[in-house]
Parts: sequence; structure tokens; C-alpha cells
Amino acid sequence: MKVTFAHMGNLYITVKALLEDLGVEVVVPPMPSKRTLSIGSRHSPEFACLPLKVNIGNYIEALELGADTIAMAGGVGPCRFGLYGEVQREILKGLGYEFDMVIIDPPQGRLRRVLQQVGRLVGRNSVGRYLRAVRLAWAKMTAVDELEKLAQRVRPFESRRGEASAALERALRLVDEASSIAGVKGALEDGREALLDVKAPGGGAHSAPRIGVVGEVYVVLEPFVNFDVERRLGEMGVLVERSIYIGDWVREHVFKDLLRLRKGRRPYDLAKPYLCHFVGGHGIETVGHTVEYAHRRFDGVIQLAPFTCMPEIVAQDVLPSVSRDMGIPVMTLIFDEHSSDAGVLTRLEAFVDLVERSRSRRDAM
Amino acid sequence: MARKAYLGVDVGSVSTNLVLLSEEGEVIEKLYLRTRGEPIAVIQRGMRMLATAFSGVDVAGVGTTGSGRRLAAVILGADCVKNEITAHAVASARFVPEVRTVIEIGGQDSKIIILRDGMVLDFAMNTVCAAGTGSFLDQQAARLGVPIERFGELALTSKTPVRIAGRCAVFAESDMIHKQQMGHRIEDIVAGLCEALVRNYLSNVGKGKDIRPPVVFQGGVAANAGMRAAFEKALGTAVAVPEHYNVMGAIGAALLAMEEMECRNEPSRFRGLQALDMDYSASSFECRGCPNLCEVVNIKMGREVIARWGSRCGRWDCL
Repeated sequence: MKVTFAHMGNLYITVKALLEDLGVEVVVPPMPSKRTLSIGSRHSPEFACLPLKVNIGNYIEALELGADTIAMAGGVGPCRFGLYGEVQREILKGLGYEFDMVIIDPPQGRLRRVLQQVGRLVGRNSVGRYLRAVRLAWAKMTAVDELEKLAQRVRPFESRRGEASAALERALRLVDEASSIAGVKGALEDGREALLDVKAPGGGAHSAPRIGVVGEVYVVLEPFVNFDVERRLGEMGVLVERSIYIGDWVREHVFKDLLRLRKGRRPYDLAKPYLCHFVGGHGIETVGHTVEYAHRRFDGVIQLAPFTCMPEIVAQDVLPSVSRDMGIPVMTLIFDEHSSDAGVLTRLEAFVDLVERSRSRRDAM
Repeated sequence: MARKAYLGVDVGSVSTNLVLLSEEGEVIEKLYLRTRGEPIAVIQRGMRMLATAFSGVDVAGVGTTGSGRRLAAVILGADCVKNEITAHAVASARFVPEVRTVIEIGGQDSKIIILRDGMVLDFAMNTVCAAGTGSFLDQQAARLGVPIERFGELALTSKTPVRIAGRCAVFAESDMIHKQQMGHRIEDIVAGLCEALVRNYLSNVGKGKDIRPPVVFQGGVAANAGMRAAFEKALGTAVAVPEHYNVMGAIGAALLAMEEMECRNEPSRFRGLQALDMDYSASSFECRGCPNLCEVVNIKMGREVIARWGSRCGRWDCL
């Protein structure tokens, strides 16, 4: 059995570690590329949102490399994502691929059902082995998040353009290759040093504008589909913070769900004056995090969403009032396979100009 | 001593505009040229046309904007490369200091810029629709055999505009043909088309934006009196068209270059007129480094590669 799964940013490092430690052979799909997107959109319904199209591309590229089992997350609620596992299975079957698809639904407190589904993937393992695998995967996930956050903090001050991203890439490779918790710690330490080294002498002395990135989780986490907004903004001298990191997402959606813990209320409470109804996906979080960034005196917020994403459209309609009330500029970027590099770049540049000009006006006063 | 001047160049898909601005912000010379898919040639031609104007001034800074801003920057040796939204906002605030809404419709792009106290507060650019308004008007004028310069006046003579289905240019055209065949008068159809394009702009680009007077309408389409009247009707307020409405992007680029040079302690990077006689060419190749298969573009001056861009990973970006 050779298991594969779809890409979402650097999530592959964690998932690969977890599965391999449980004795499963893993085929990581090639990193999403133009080829992935064109294969995916050719075989997907036009009005499905971008995640489905890229996932299909990932699966086909992995099946070409010999994968025979696909692991996919399920979902509940008004967002179409919950349906995608089934849709993807049918599309791929229709294309004549032979494979097994394991859809892991959100636990919602039903541990046994999840274990059954996971069991289909990894077979029988001792509890000790499960614990070891989870601990290593967890360490890797935390390391990835920490390195990404550090890269965001040093990028605006790097001495040569592109240095921070190169250092981050090297560090992530070491984390991916580490086979023990000590190894992960070492990789993290080295990566941290390398990233701090890219700061130009005196860099960080001047203050950089701060922009928060909110929106639909897949488009926020996957740099290929969002045209590398995070790196682009960083290289324009902006301190970027994302509203979501993979670790947060797993904690919220897997562990708290598994243990039936109450989920973090903060974004929901903050969003309440503007949006108090569950609209699926991360619609409420998008609004809540925008309010939070305004409270933290950020200079601007950028919302990212896939074209036709219903939860984010609801949030988009609400954001102008948040922007007006809290005095924070907000811009929405919507992506699909027709999005163009030049268009995204022009809008990012214009937004950074807007933010910087209002900052210098504020400083002058 | 020659007086100082700033050069602003806006290279768009349909038009390429050059403006020479005095230190006081007065337009010394302006040019509005058709790009016709040859940005390099049109920049060279425009610069030669400005040659006499250049002889009397000392170029203290060069700014470029528009979709061809990077290309123009390399060829001219620009001091400041800015996106067209910022450039349009800066120019508009200069000519109408109290402006609170800028409607900008060019050949391909449509934008709205919301300003308060001279600062950009919000903006939007056409995304999935409302693109190509200028080109579409051009095409319809040609189809109807009306010179584009007279298209707007013709719309103004209509007393009973026809409702045109304007959601999409393709459907708008077939609806126009249908209305013609029903026997509607041409001025009523033309006026209806302007109203449809304004409706489409307001619901696609202007949606959710806080549109307040004074409203400034600029870009090539602002020449069309029918479009201006349709905006006034839809918004219920006067819409001003600035004198240099079709070269505002270039003016903005020149103003931004001026701003940049004020806080920079080095001379302009302007290559001068001699550099324009060089032979510039663009060539591209497909990078096979990864499945992205990026189209990488080389800009050459003579035989030397002076700029290169297009790769997603950045491996070709530095020379």
C-alpha cells in the first residue's frame, strides 16, 4: 500500500512523518505547479473552488508515481469541502485510476470512528508506537510553524532579497529529514540561527508596516495558489502575520474535536457584532481575526479566498463595515486557475502603498 | 541654466502616455500614443517626439507606471516604478485636492479609488468583469460607423435611452444588434450602452465602496460625454473630468518620481536620449527547471541582457 494525500503548504512534512512512523509507505505528490493546476482544472467541474482542482492535480501526479491509496479529510457544514472527498473519488474513478480512498471525517467526539478510518490506512500498531509517531509528527509541525513565523519576521529586513526564503527552505528540508525528536530540535536550532543571520546589519531598527493575512485556510496556507503573497509582501518590506498556521489548524480541528473540548471562542466573540451566524468554512474566523488585527493596531488586512467560496463571500461583504468602524484598510484577493501574476502583484503593491502612505501621515501628525 | 523637469511614462495595453512635468507640477508636454502591442518601439518613438521639449529642460527624475512599468523602467532608466492605482490617485489629488472618489476607466482596466483628505483609503480594480470597457466602446463605434470622438455626443442627443443587457460585452453586443433590428434609433442605443457600462462598472468595480462627491472621472473613456452623463445620472452628482484626463497615470508617475528624488541624494538614473537609439529587443524562453515551465523574458540592449523576469522561483531574476 502506497499512501498519498493532497498538499496544503508545509503540512506534508507532518503527515509524512506520522504515516511513515506507523510503517506506511508514503508517496508525497510533487509540489503544486502549473502542471498540477492544469491537470486538476481539466478534470474538475468549472465551478468547483480551487482546492478541489489542485487536489485532483496532486492525486493524479501521485498516482502516476505509483500511489494506490489516497487519504483525504472530510468535513461538515455549509462549505462544499465536506463533499470533496466523494467528488474526487468519483472523478478519479471516472478517469480509470485504480486506488482506494480513505476519507477521514472530523471526529466530533467520536474517537472510535476516526480510529477505524485511520486503521484502514495504517493497520494494527501498538499504543506505544502510535504515541511515538504522534510525538515526532507534533514536534515537526511545531518546528515548521516556528520557522515560518520567524521567516515572516526577518524577511522585511533581509540584507539580500530572497535570502530569508532560501534559509527557510533549507531549514524545512532538515526538519523533514530528521528521524528523531532530537534531530528535529537540532534542525530547528540551526534553522533559527540561519534565519536570524539574514537580517541586514541595523535591519529591524526601522519599523515595518504590519499586515495580517486572513481567509480560507487552504488558500492562505498554500503559497502556490496564492502567488506567494506572504513572501511577496515580506520582500516589499512588510511584516506579515497569518491568522492561521498548520499547528493551530490541527489543534482546533483534530485534537479539540477528538477530545470534545470547547473550541477557542475568541475569533467568534470578536466577530459577533458583525457576523454571529455560522456560515461554514472559516467565514467567522476571517471577520474575527480582522477585528483582532485592528485591535492589535495592524496597518492593514488582506483576505484571501478561492473564487466562488461561499463562506468567504459572506465575510467579504461584512469586512467593509469592520474596516470603516475600526479604521483598518482591508483588501480581498480572490484566486482561481485564471488568476494572473501581474494582477495580484499590482494590487499588492497598491495596497502596500496605501498602508505606507497612511502610516507616514500618522507618524507626521 | 535649464529648468528642471520630471518625466512620467504610463505604458498600458492600449495606450502609452508620456508627460513632462515642471517642478511646479505644470504639464510642459504630453503625448498619448497607441501601444499596438509594441511597447518598446512606442516608448522610443514617444521619446523622439519629445526631443525638442527635452532640449530645454534638465530631466531630474523619471517615473514609470502601467502594466509595462518594469519594461519602461529598464529602457529609460527610471528612478521610481509604481503601480497604476497609486499613480492615478496621486495625480488626481494634485489636480482636484478635495477629490473623494476617482473613477478611472482605460482601454483594458477599470478602477475606483476612494480618497479622504488626499489619502487613498480604499481601491478596487476590475476582477472577473468590467474589463476592456474602452476597447469595447471603440469596437462598437467602429461597428456602427460612428467616429469614437463623436460617440459620446451622439449619446447626449438621446431622450429615451434603450435598456441594453450589459452584464457581459458579448451579450451587450448581441442585444445592441437586436435593438437596432427592432428599429430603435441609434442615439438611443448608444446612450443605452453607456448606461449599461456604467451599471456594470458600479456593480462590479464600485460595489461596496463608499462613493462620495467630488467625483473625478479620468482615463481614456472620460473623453466620452455619454459615459460622463451616465455616471452623473447613476450617482446623482456632478462628475468632473480633469483637463489631462487621458494621461493622469503618466502625471502621477512624474509626481511620484519628483517625491522620490526629493528624499534621495543622488542624480537621476535617466539613460538620456542617446540610449534610445540603442537596439532593444525582447526574447523569451521556457525554463525547464521545474513543472511550472515559466516563460522567462530577456530584455536586451544591443547584445547585452539588461533585464530578465518571469520566473516564479526567482532563479532567473538576477543577472
